[in-house]
Amino acid sequence: MNKIDKTGSAAADWQQNYDKMIGQDRVIKNRSGIEVEPLYWPQDDASGTYAEKLGFPGADPMTRGIYPTMHRGRTWSQRQLIGLGRPADFNERIKSILKSGASALSIIPCNSVYRGIDCDEVEPEILGTCGTILNTVEDMDISLKDIPIDEISVGLNDPNPFLMLVQMLIVAENRGIPWTKITGTSNQSDYISHFVANHMFYRLSLPGARRVQMDTITYLAEHVPNWNALSIVGQHMQQAGATPAQAMGLTLSTAIQYAHDCQDRGMDPNKFLERFTFFFDISISFFEEVAKFRAGRRIWNTLVTERFGVTNPRAKRFKFHGQTSGLDLTRQQPLNNIARVTAQAMAGIFGGLQSMHTDGFDEVLSTPSEDSAKIAISTQNILKHEAHLCDVVDPLGGSYYVESLTDAMEEEILKVIGQIDDQGGMYKAVESGFVQEMIGASALEYQDQIDNGEQIIVGVNAYQEEEDASSRPVLKRPPQSHMQAQVERLKEVKAARDPAVLAKGLQDLREAAQSKDLNVFEAELNAVRAGATQGEVIAVLREVLGFGQPLVVA
Amino acid sequence: MSEVLTTPARVLVTKIGLDGHDRGSRIIAAYLRDAGMEVIYTSPWQKIEAVVTLAMQEDVDVIGISSLATDHLLVPKLMAALAEADLGHVRVVVGGIVPDEDEGDLLAAGVSEVFHPGAVRDDIVSSVEKFAAEATNARPQD
Repeated sequence: MNKIDKTGSAAADWQQNYDKMIGQDRVIKNRSGIEVEPLYWPQDDASGTYAEKLGFPGADPMTRGIYPTMHRGRTWSQRQLIGLGRPADFNERIKSILKSGASALSIIPCNSVYRGIDCDEVEPEILGTCGTILNTVEDMDISLKDIPIDEISVGLNDPNPFLMLVQMLIVAENRGIPWTKITGTSNQSDYISHFVANHMFYRLSLPGARRVQMDTITYLAEHVPNWNALSIVGQHMQQAGATPAQAMGLTLSTAIQYAHDCQDRGMDPNKFLERFTFFFDISISFFEEVAKFRAGRRIWNTLVTERFGVTNPRAKRFKFHGQTSGLDLTRQQPLNNIARVTAQAMAGIFGGLQSMHTDGFDEVLSTPSEDSAKIAISTQNILKHEAHLCDVVDPLGGSYYVESLTDAMEEEILKVIGQIDDQGGMYKAVESGFVQEMIGASALEYQDQIDNGEQIIVGVNAYQEEEDASSRPVLKRPPQSHMQAQVERLKEVKAARDPAVLAKGLQDLREAAQSKDLNVFEAELNAVRAGATQGEVIAVLREVLGFGQPLVVA
Repeated sequence: MSEVLTTPARVLVTKIGLDGHDRGSRIIAAYLRDAGMEVIYTSPWQKIEAVVTLAMQEDVDVIGISSLATDHLLVPKLMAALAEADLGHVRVVVGGIVPDEDEGDLLAAGVSEVFHPGAVRDDIVSSVEKFAAEATNARPQD
């Protein structure tokens, strides 16, 4: 307490000087609505609370990190989202990205795949313009040609009902690779976030998606034990407008919902929670993001102990992937986006992430080019090796500001979790539109701040310059002839199947979906082995389990 | 025919094609509604035929298409379908991620304006109001 007494009069002096020069009128709030003071100092005696609030990395409450060594031991996986055009184009591109230093791979399919339809049913203009066409096992095999899928971690952007994973497991089977060697994550397995905030990925009705998700988690736990079947996604909600604190709170509430669903299937939290991973947006609101991640880690650590009785330290780890926010990038003066991505990436690193995607600077103009994807990877390497951001564990820990902000964010996040608890949990809170309204209101509020100049965006509402379009990178789209060939190939593959075998595979799938106790994911595997395309499998499941129509709250 | 628009502009805000990112379309719908227009809002993935039918049933002046993932490439087809349905007076604006190379094609196909990220509320509202007034004046007489 002596310490505080010593700073007491000095603090009062400083406050007086500050008020004289700036006054009380300059209020600054972060995106989560927390008022940020001009200066932080040790107003509380922190020494007594260190063990309780911070502790050591790898030990409760894990505020400072989930592993003892953090980035000093193993840095994050560099996981870039790529995918363009044909499977062969993707394969060529992924090899080049792996050569430039990426350590894990991630696949984005074409939007038509996200919507669950095969390429022969899509308007040709938009086919393959945003990702890779993956309709058949052959498409997946070509995409992963010469890629050692038993050695490299794979991130699949593969929404419920998980046909890309089905295809990849069959590719492994055909290559003689045991499923126990397959590692990676289903990055788009959080159907609740799709229902709320990213409708493109939303394919089956809420109850249907819930059923398939639980069948998949159950099946994978037994047969593909190193696969993370569940990644809970805060990114969509923040991209849709949730503040950083809301996005964290809603994500943790979603995780609570899924954990209850797993418990209802008789699974043990000490086991299944080991496989839960998270996926977040990293905005450019630097300190706020660092505090968001530190607070989220601490809350999760405590929450799984209190609500689910977890004792296994591995099941308390808040493992997360971060993606720099495309929403902060501007079309104006696009090269400025490299600076923005750098600041976002730093926030992610100081937040203690396990895996990262950095956006290409041209993402706001089009699907990222090969050059911009390489710059995005180099940005991570420069921060790691030249800026030495990984030398010390949780380097911002102990900053008066960061610790105070971590506490304040924690309070905001817990408020959101409390609101969702009051609604009866996340499933009910999205069914009623409660969450959608919360996010929509925050989106408008932030847009207002940009419109009225409260939030300055360089090149957009300040520091504008006349620009001509020639400074922007030229876009390359897959030639229509390539897409036409892909459609033709699908027709050939479809024609070469044994109709009786295919019909049985799809009929068994239908029966599994209609039944109460058969495993739908297992039936999907069998249907695809029988030759079914992703579009055909999803069509059957939509028929039995219901089409995914998002609740639109405008 | 008066130059002054006496009834509120009627605007359909929608998304065609495959993408489902709707933060932009929701914000635009709120902007236009706050400015006193009557906004008809749909969920994403509308078929072109459905947009034309809705435009006719709702008697709209302007259609706003939000596109963040290349769905704007379908807009020329929408323009042709509107003309086919005798809705040539309905004005179409597009907002979202539209590469420069494509903007010319959209304008040539008859799109009135393309709004890019960073477009400001007042500009969007005043453009849509102007287009709505022009659409009313260009409406085929019964």
